[in-house]
Amino acid sequence: MAKTILPFGPQHPVLPEPLHLKLTVEDEIVIEAIPAFGYVHRGLESLAAVRDYNQMVQIVERVCGICSMIHAMCYCQGLEEMLGIEAPPRARFLRVVWSELHRIHSHLLFLGLFADAFGFESLFMQCWRIRERVMDINEATAGNRVIVSVNAIGGVRRDLSAEHRRWIESELDLIAAEVNHLEKPLLEDYTVKRRTVDKGVLTRDKAIELGAVGPMLRGSGVAQDMRQLKYAAFDQIDFEPVVEQAGDSYARAKVRFREVLQSVDLVRQALARMPEGEILTKYKGKPEGEVVTRVEQPRGECLYYIKGVGEKFLDRVRIRTPTFANIPPLATILPGLELADVPVVVLSIDPCISCTER
Amino acid sequence: MFLMTPTILRNFFSARATRPYPTTRREPFPEVRGELVNDIEKCIFCSICATKCPSQCLHVDKTAGTWECEAYACVNCGVCVENCPTKSLSQKPLYQPVGTARVHIRLQGVPPKSKKKEVAPSAAPASETAAPADDSQSSGDASPKV
Repeated sequence: MAKTILPFGPQHPVLPEPLHLKLTVEDEIVIEAIPAFGYVHRGLESLAAVRDYNQMVQIVERVCGICSMIHAMCYCQGLEEMLGIEAPPRARFLRVVWSELHRIHSHLLFLGLFADAFGFESLFMQCWRIRERVMDINEATAGNRVIVSVNAIGGVRRDLSAEHRRWIESELDLIAAEVNHLEKPLLEDYTVKRRTVDKGVLTRDKAIELGAVGPMLRGSGVAQDMRQLKYAAFDQIDFEPVVEQAGDSYARAKVRFREVLQSVDLVRQALARMPEGEILTKYKGKPEGEVVTRVEQPRGECLYYIKGVGEKFLDRVRIRTPTFANIPPLATILPGLELADVPVVVLSIDPCISCTER
Repeated sequence: MFLMTPTILRNFFSARATRPYPTTRREPFPEVRGELVNDIEKCIFCSICATKCPSQCLHVDKTAGTWECEAYACVNCGVCVENCPTKSLSQKPLYQPVGTARVHIRLQGVPPKSKKKEVAPSAAPASETAAPADDSQSSGDASPKV
């Protein structure tokens, strides 16, 4: 049959955000995939010219709803480096608590969408039901469910009372127990395996060559995680990256599943080791110089390049988000797949297009 | 094959996961950053809130004594509340209710008094009784409330 060009997206039931892929298809086998962006570009980086460096914290949070606190944490870390200050130890632990809670809710969101992608809607609802516990924790401790807005330059804006901590620990026990119940339906089900094992395989060499990040890289056997850089309080917390070897959609989903349980453990460690003290460092002066900071978002490595010139408006804020780095590997793993496998494989990279396009 | 069945049975025989909103509502958590309110009696119109607002939804006029907020542009971040010197700004623990018209809050208060010294009427120029405040006043100091 002749080649046909099919549009995948921008509106598609599996995609959380709009992404357009031009699929060249021959006999229902994909030959080529060309991505096209621009549907949620909001020009947030250009707002750095009209919002001062303190207001940019709130702007940068809104780059992505799912990993918003981690964007703000990366930005605040960069600014703290430029201003020559350090967040107090308690603030560093609090940042770990909230960012790992964000990772739990992001991965549960992904696992739910992943189940929904092959029609397993009841598992989707179960995953999101567990996620509601994390949303309630966010709302009760930080002030909001999604855009928690707890980071400030020099530390955090909210503290955790002893009652909050006890409640978080009991909720973590429930989350871990419920996620463990979901392991069998999610990872051992025959249909799930048929749809995901050996689909969209990214070999280890290709992953490194194309610059894949996050669970996409770790699902292909590379043990790289930005939390190994020991930012925030990760220098005082035991952490090892979660790695799978197969490189297919199943391996990527399994990495994220295991990372949920790992993040529960990291939050417990952070709550146990958190010192008393203040939560915000005062500072003077304006940011000057250039800085590059990296953090591990749920989707991978996020890089911030910030340049200040000693004024209240920053010269440049450049954000390189993980999905931006994962799109070229996606365009490489799609050729050779059947058309029905495309939605699941596209979703397996956990695309966050609002991050990609800012 | 029946890997999901235990979960389904457990859900079937336990309490429902959802709340029948709006007949049952959960009490809002006290720490939630909800709708912004300003106690206009305490406000001194210093404009710190308007300067720091990331979405630039606040407009303060010191001479006229007005404080305006585009409620639907506000993102409830709480930066204004943290920086308010008189603590007149606060946030309710619940988000503002849904509406059909754009909400623009306009509060009228009493503008702060001018700090110019009173001069004897015979020596005073005609402009003394004109505008109550001018730009040469130092900003940010707590003008006495009326």
